[in-house]
Amino acid sequence: MTTPRRAAVLGGNRIPFARQFGAYAEASNQDMLTAALEGLVARHGLAGERLGEVVAGAVIKHSRDFNLTREAVLGSSLSPTTPAYDITQACGTGLEAAILVANKIALGQVDSGIAGGVDSASDAPVVVPEKLRRKLLRLNRAKSSAEKAKAVAAFRPTDVGIQVPANTEPRTGLSMGEHMAITAARWGVTREDQDALALASHHNLAAAYDRGFFDDLLTPYLGLTRDQNLRPDSTLEKLASLKPVFGKGEGATMTAGNSTPLTDGASAVLLGSTEWAAAHGLAPLAWFVDGETAAVDYVTGDEGLLMAPAYAVPRLLARNGLSLQDFDFYEIHEAFAATVLSTLAAWDDEDFCRERLGLDAPLGVIDRSRLNVTGSSLAAGHPFAATGGRIVATLATLLHEKGPGSRGLISICAAGGQGVVAILEAA
Amino acid sequence: MAHRDGYTAFVSSGVGKRLATTLGLPQPVALRRQVPGRPLVDGPVLAGGHGESPALTALRDGLITAGATLVDALPESGRLGGVVVDLTAVEEPSDLESTRAILAPALRRLGRCARVVVVGRDPALASSPAQRAARRSLEGITRSVAKELRAGATANLVLVTDGSESAALGTVEFLLSARSAYVDAQVFRVGAGAAAQATDDRPLDGKVAVVTGAARGIGAEIARTLARDGATVVCVDVPSAGASLATVANEIGGTALQVDVTAADAGGRILRHATTRHGGLDIVVHNAGITRDKLLANTDADRWASVVDVNLGSILRMNEAFLARGGLRQGGHVVLVSSIAGIAGNRGQSNYAASKAGVIGLVDAYASDRGLRRHGITVNAVAPGFIETEMTARIPFATRELGRRLNSLSQGGLPVDVAETIAFFASDAQSAVSGNVVRVCGQSLLGA
Repeated sequence: MTTPRRAAVLGGNRIPFARQFGAYAEASNQDMLTAALEGLVARHGLAGERLGEVVAGAVIKHSRDFNLTREAVLGSSLSPTTPAYDITQACGTGLEAAILVANKIALGQVDSGIAGGVDSASDAPVVVPEKLRRKLLRLNRAKSSAEKAKAVAAFRPTDVGIQVPANTEPRTGLSMGEHMAITAARWGVTREDQDALALASHHNLAAAYDRGFFDDLLTPYLGLTRDQNLRPDSTLEKLASLKPVFGKGEGATMTAGNSTPLTDGASAVLLGSTEWAAAHGLAPLAWFVDGETAAVDYVTGDEGLLMAPAYAVPRLLARNGLSLQDFDFYEIHEAFAATVLSTLAAWDDEDFCRERLGLDAPLGVIDRSRLNVTGSSLAAGHPFAATGGRIVATLATLLHEKGPGSRGLISICAAGGQGVVAILEAA
Repeated sequence: MAHRDGYTAFVSSGVGKRLATTLGLPQPVALRRQVPGRPLVDGPVLAGGHGESPALTALRDGLITAGATLVDALPESGRLGGVVVDLTAVEEPSDLESTRAILAPALRRLGRCARVVVVGRDPALASSPAQRAARRSLEGITRSVAKELRAGATANLVLVTDGSESAALGTVEFLLSARSAYVDAQVFRVGAGAAAQATDDRPLDGKVAVVTGAARGIGAEIARTLARDGATVVCVDVPSAGASLATVANEIGGTALQVDVTAADAGGRILRHATTRHGGLDIVVHNAGITRDKLLANTDADRWASVVDVNLGSILRMNEAFLARGGLRQGGHVVLVSSIAGIAGNRGQSNYAASKAGVIGLVDAYASDRGLRRHGITVNAVAPGFIETEMTARIPFATRELGRRLNSLSQGGLPVDVAETIAFFASDAQSAVSGNVVRVCGQSLLGA
């Protein structure tokens, strides 16, 4: 093994994100991931190249997609000798993939790689009820006619039906939004603050499109050239008029406007060593400095489902000798506006920081003008596994624009009470 | 290239051919097009001329090396692949009889898609009125012969410079080859320069080329052709065309750059991309273009401005970056895309014609620019006629049929025909070819 070296983010590509049953209603995960790879390959001139590896995944996956990423590679213009594997860590999938590729580059195990993710909320696998599934399998196993007849006789009309995957935590039976509503209430997050954050997300994303920021980050797909969920002309009045969809009664603050809609899309990020980049005429945008993953016990109600990043970030800061204020950009995934606001509130809360994080003093506040400056999931949408790649490529480009010495923090919450966070630094 | 329009396919069939002959209908044939490894010409090339034939003397060895079988007299039997007539030595009108004497018997013996190449000198540089008149006559002869030729054969004129006759080798080769399938009745001017052998399956090896408007149609074909000839191609198009742009770039192992050519920093971004990714820039093909057709009386300021800016203004701005120090490398090539509409004008296309005629003005200006000449940078343009693209497929049937047939080859050209001429201008073998505007139109009757 060699001494760790720096892994660079060299570029990214994603397809515009589409609303569920929108422009990509007929596209599969493999279609979208392949499209994202093809755009990345074209942008960086990688046709026919053998890369170290391609790592990607999807949160909602068909059983036929057991080798989703490898199949996408084979359908792309990359050399078929490029290995690939799938990972899943809920909404942290894309960022975790980037951490894995960056680590292998740092260790010298690979010189280049692509980290990505894809999800379709439209082309979702449909599952039959558990009772029916067992009976179907028994019928399939049956050899003799008698066995088959017996298996068929076991079917009941009530067995018939389908189950569509739901955004529900298996151990609590609560949806992610319902979990978030509990946390939002715990931190006293107001409706007004959530709507303002959502509005900023739309306005920032629209402005980024208008200035051509995404020209080198996005490739149109199936006629879509911008994120379908983006509403550049959204206003606080319009957002305020929406009825709450999560939470109950007076305290319900979460609406369709300040919660991320279900979305389809894919993203991919190219990483490489300095030497590999130079040999391919690619200038590093940013260094992938470090990553950290945390998990919380949300099942017993000890902590909120989406609060794990609040724990991951201080550990990452401590390891890197940084304070929360040492960043030029903060990319905090907007699962819900309330997620971002609860996390920020926790970091500025003395009790939380002392009791939960074991710190002497709160992490403090951040300069909000540095938060999600080109929009985030509320405006762009959130195809679960694709969000990490979107954010890594966006932040790397922002840091490249800002110039050497600039630094950015990524924070992504994930189902199962997990959180994946990372630090990038301008190259 | 298997493309044939329905009519061409019909008259190529037994019944169709008889019917067309009886009725005197046009009989287009499938043109001979370039595939790697194809011989320069199919059949021997008759080489003759007036007087000492100084140009032929200078070109003979090169043409033989390129694979042509030169014969000094008509063979007993068989079809000719082409005729090269050297008339550089004509001094007065009576000398033109040599042309008739050589061509008259040869034309009857031309094979399918044969080539007639007339070589002369620039009338403007003549030393007497009689010489100038005789030199100018060659254009009339060439254009008339082109109209008499059948079965996909073409005739073109090459004007060489005194003492640099061998510099025309690449041009004569191009005109003999399948690459010039749809180039007919054109005049090529070759300046002073050294002999340069063009024939090589990959004449653009090691070169870095930029093609704007590369996502589809003619632009995509230009990118493919330059890549086939060995160039690394940066494919440029507007961000909204990114999906097909990526497909083209990946197909040819190039890179895709999503940028609107009208953006203020477009030239800089393209140059930076070419330089950082590929180490420099050798070839620029300004192909991006749009149409916003309306009769002038009905057109508005927006339609007017957008066409003029995309098709002409953007080229001027981008060239500020490309032609500045640190831009195009020594000996680079700029190729612009004009249009037959810019020469002949077109009803409902005053804005488009303005931009495409302006492109011709740009070629004139750049070609006489001393600084560019010093750096060996050539600037030429192609002016496509009726080319079979998605755009022309949308023209109403009758108009489209008319556009297709009103030329000496009785058919539309293919995007690859435009691309081949551009690749020719982009080759270092053509360092003495600058300031040309060549129509790729099968000798269209429009603006002729």
